[in-house]
Amino acid sequence: MRHVAHAVILVGAALLLASCQGVLDPQGPIASAERLLLINSTAIMLVVVIPVIVATLAFAWWYRASNTHATRSPDESYEGRVEFVVWSIPALTVILLGGVIWLGSHQLDPRAPIPGKSDPLRVDVVALDWKWLFIYPDHGVATVNQLVIPAGTPVEFRLTSATVMNSFFVPQLGSQIYAMGGMITHLHLLADQPGEYPGFSANFSGDGFSGMRFVVKSVPAADFNAWVAQARGSGSGLDDASYAELAKPSQDVPAATYRSVEPKLFERILDQTAGHGNAASGGAWCPPVNQAGG
Amino acid sequence: MLGRLTWAAIPFNEPLPLISMGVILIVILAVLALVTVKGWWPYLWREWITSVDHKRIGVMYVVLGLVMLLRGYSDAIMMRTQQAIAIGSAQGYLPPDHYDQIFSAHGTIMIFFVAMPLVIGLMNFAVPLQLGVRDVAFPVLNSVSFWLTATGALLINLSLVIGNFARTGWMGYPPLSELAFSPDVGVDYYLWSLQISGIGTLLTGINFVTTILKLRAPGMTYFRMPVFCWTALASSLLIVAAFPVLTATFMMLLLDRYLGMHFFTNDAGGNQMMYVNLFWAWGHPEVYILILPAFGIFSEVVATFSGKGLFSYRSMVWATLAICVLSFMVWLHHFFTMGAGADVNAFFGIMSSIIAVPTGVKVFNWLFTMFRGRIVFHTPMLFAVGFIITFVIGGLTGVLLAVPPVDFVVHNSAFLVAHFHNVIIGGVLFGILAGINYWFPKAFGFTLDERFGHASFWCWLIGFYLAFMPLYALGLMGMTRRLQHIPDPSWRPLLLVAEIGAIVIFCGVLCQIAQLYVSIRTREQRQDVTGDPWNGRTLEWSTSSPPPAYNYAVLPKVETIDAFWQMKRMGRAPVKPAYEAIEVPHNSPAGFITAFFATIMGFSLIWHIWWLAILNFLAAIIVVLIAGWSTEREHEISAAEVAQLERAPA
Repeated sequence: MRHVAHAVILVGAALLLASCQGVLDPQGPIASAERLLLINSTAIMLVVVIPVIVATLAFAWWYRASNTHATRSPDESYEGRVEFVVWSIPALTVILLGGVIWLGSHQLDPRAPIPGKSDPLRVDVVALDWKWLFIYPDHGVATVNQLVIPAGTPVEFRLTSATVMNSFFVPQLGSQIYAMGGMITHLHLLADQPGEYPGFSANFSGDGFSGMRFVVKSVPAADFNAWVAQARGSGSGLDDASYAELAKPSQDVPAATYRSVEPKLFERILDQTAGHGNAASGGAWCPPVNQAGG
Repeated sequence: MLGRLTWAAIPFNEPLPLISMGVILIVILAVLALVTVKGWWPYLWREWITSVDHKRIGVMYVVLGLVMLLRGYSDAIMMRTQQAIAIGSAQGYLPPDHYDQIFSAHGTIMIFFVAMPLVIGLMNFAVPLQLGVRDVAFPVLNSVSFWLTATGALLINLSLVIGNFARTGWMGYPPLSELAFSPDVGVDYYLWSLQISGIGTLLTGINFVTTILKLRAPGMTYFRMPVFCWTALASSLLIVAAFPVLTATFMMLLLDRYLGMHFFTNDAGGNQMMYVNLFWAWGHPEVYILILPAFGIFSEVVATFSGKGLFSYRSMVWATLAICVLSFMVWLHHFFTMGAGADVNAFFGIMSSIIAVPTGVKVFNWLFTMFRGRIVFHTPMLFAVGFIITFVIGGLTGVLLAVPPVDFVVHNSAFLVAHFHNVIIGGVLFGILAGINYWFPKAFGFTLDERFGHASFWCWLIGFYLAFMPLYALGLMGMTRRLQHIPDPSWRPLLLVAEIGAIVIFCGVLCQIAQLYVSIRTREQRQDVTGDPWNGRTLEWSTSSPPPAYNYAVLPKVETIDAFWQMKRMGRAPVKPAYEAIEVPHNSPAGFITAFFATIMGFSLIWHIWWLAILNFLAAIIVVLIAGWSTEREHEISAAEVAQLERAPA
């Protein structure tokens, strides 16, 4: 029994620990709203779940066969009023939750732009084996496994995959979304404060999956422009040949920047005509680009 | 001549698989040698392998499921150990190539070759007895179903020795499972073992729908059926509706892999989203195929051990049917993160949470069944109480996952892993273990040891909480699933707790083995001579333990729900019955032989040995046709013989 107590204490401590990282430590409006929804929904359900657990334990204990004080009524197996309550409690809970789901889904739709004073920063994301390519179409630079964004500015992502399905996820900024070959998905995130937030793929993608991590560096707006200028002045450019090289499978890839990006590279990755070094890239016939979802 | 099969298929250079393979081979050879030395082959062949008795087939399903549980568990403990040590600079002992096979095999085995055989095994054993009939509708087909399931299990284990298993996760999402990214035989092992066992499962579904709709004891109307039969009916209907979807989906993936088609590829117009939709159009009903019979078992157990009729039987039935229908309308909640619009996500989120209503009703009805009852805590009842508490927690986290914006931050995380283990262990597996403890005396004529039963329950319960509560926290901390290497050292304490939990669960398994051993050793003292060890309510307790091959010498007349309870209360002891001749189906080797050919066919298809595949496919078909056209299927036990069998002491 002491071991159980120890374990309970350990798990409790861990939950406290959990609150200072990941989903419970949001750093932007999307993640904050999602945490609030998580807490609210849990609270709504606990109103029913806790009494059920208590009643289960109480009934199991009180109506044990050896209890001589308990009232028994072995023939009672239906009572209309009880039955009405039995259907009503979960139904009412779910009606309440249904409202929460409907509103939450619309307010936190990943493709809905985040209202803000400044124009959003556009970033195109490509999942590769096994690293992330970030293209800044308005600045003509690109990075690998490192996403530099200005704090307080909404970021508008377009995502695809040059390989298998992956999921782009930065827990402290909120919503994840799949990146799929030949398809495009949309996501809007915002970081309130400067800081570094871990990101990774949340959908298993093969042997290098565990190392498919990146860092989001949220920097003050002025520093962002300085970073762009610096990125433009260093490293190599990303053209068809270097993209083909990059697209080859590799693991635990360190962060890197590209001073320039060939125009329309993202679109060509999307319709599977870029970088034929990749084993899975398409043949002569180009498929129509699918827009994910409705 | 041998397709892709060469000596290179056997991993001589990898010690770990080679050693485990050697151990398994030695164990199998030892068992075979023992059976041969003891001269048990004729007995096994006559009484088990060729048996078409639903009770024997049920027992064989359960044995298959329990053996595969050990295999699935060993995968689990390997994964937990890898995650507990491969942190920071340490890389652990399993390279990605091996680790990825292990988690794929763990999921596939636990769903298809542990949970499914155990649930179907208990259905096989109990449903005809509860309905008060002598067998299922198609006894030989039932044997075919079982042996095809065994084929799938055999093929998946063969991948340990020859070649390798899939490294795609148990869902096998393309394009990762396509030839471009998984060129080796792993995915083919996955696909063919599930295709072949899937046919067996579909046949079981058809068999049980027919049995429950067409074969019931005189007077047993639908609303007098035990709740377990209702849940078995719902589960079988779901099998019939859902498994063809899986078969068709896998067939498309096979066409991609074998004939270069483009259903789900990245290029040439393939659409991976289609696979994901179709997979879950089967996958979500599958969840209810497993959990509904578990709900049925708990309904029987709670009523029996509370000494009370199930509270509000009718609303229990309607809740079961509501879940059955709703389960087909929620599949999208497995991938809210695919980028569908807010309307679509909200619709499927709301539909998913609506399932909580009938499920909640069931929980309340179990509670009110216990209310003012006289509760006896035999092992099955302990599992039932443990289930209610554990399952409502799993339900809570399940509804959380059904809120799309919440799912956006916990999808594919350790939180999700914790949730589905919470409902599958705390729901399905606890149900199965309760069912095994509950019906064991009926099957073998003696009860299981209570001390070890209780010990196994506590180990399972505590082990479960230790193993999976930390994963909830880790998921919220940002740990995604299927990590071969842990990036954040601060997760280590929780991963260690999870590892300890897995070990405690293993103690539960050991207790069950001890329980079985002790019970068999002391079976003389624990004999069930009455046929009714729990003061049961339903018909299966009215016949002897174990029941004769024909179950009931005279079919019971049913006038109410809880028919046997009513009979006992009316004091209507089974009066001197007028015996009649009973037709009993012949044994049939058709199932075993079909599966033998199907195994070779599956193996040949995996290794591209076309001629052998074609030959064995034809052979399997011919065996089924011969069995189907044979007219000599039954023999008669004369009235005098029945009378003599009934008089003989149990």
